[in-house]
Amino acid sequence: MRSASEMIDVNDRPAKSSRPSVGRSGGMDEARLRQQAIGVKLRQMFDEVVSEPVPDEFLEILRRADAKRADGAG
Amino acid sequence: MSALLPPADNASATADNARNNRPMEDRFKTDLVALIPHLRAFARTLTGNAAAADDLAQDAMMKAWDARASFQMGTNMKAWTFMILRNQFYSDKRRSWRSTQLDQEAAERTLVAIDDPSSPIALDELRLSIAKLPPEQREALILVGAGGFAYEEAADICNCAVGTVKSRVSRARKALQDILADGSYDRDGRPAGEAMRSILSDAERLSAVR
Repeated sequence: MRSASEMIDVNDRPAKSSRPSVGRSGGMDEARLRQQAIGVKLRQMFDEVVSEPVPDEFLEILRRADAKRADGAG
Repeated sequence: MSALLPPADNASATADNARNNRPMEDRFKTDLVALIPHLRAFARTLTGNAAAADDLAQDAMMKAWDARASFQMGTNMKAWTFMILRNQFYSDKRRSWRSTQLDQEAAERTLVAIDDPSSPIALDELRLSIAKLPPEQREALILVGAGGFAYEEAADICNCAVGTVKSRVSRARKALQDILADGSYDRDGRPAGEAMRSILSDAERLSAVR
């Protein structure tokens, strides 16, 4: 499921207007750095939940629904 | 899919039908289980509350399961389930009169509830700041910035134009940076700019490790 990570770099690139071009002042770099830092933390926040173990309740609910399907068919 | 089948007017036709679909349904179930952690994460960012998020994620999971016959195998199941979850979130919200203002309180309660001493402070501040964003900006930012979706996929999930997603993400990034930089996420006692500094230093540390 980690195919997302390849897309992140592409998606997280700052908008064209904020991309520093050669000769621009350091302000642009600073803004880009901040946006990158926020992007890193954003993914960390999301991935923290993704990596939590799934509560049994989820699988139990699905198992029960699946059992009902088998009953209904048989 | 069922609409394409002749009417099942006896039990054996239904049983045959179920047997034929069985391998596909098993595959669907496996894929759905693999998506649960992602649904939980998306729900957590939408609700800002761990318990409410799991209720929402479970509802979305069952909605997806019930609608499995209408899912086109080979298309993006993650985007499909995220769309279901998002629709569920907004229809719950309409029913329960909860205003977006409550998200901030919910996020603060979650912070207290999690209370993980090993959790870096910058993450807490980011959660609080994200809770201050308008919902449509928040979801766009999460989908593209954390969920790994392309703008086009995020647009499908949110049922809006690609350009709308782009502008929401861009506005969300700008707003988030401002909130973090001036400390307007109402975290008492800490000087303005502290959150941005701690996020910058945390990010530096993280990227150094990689």
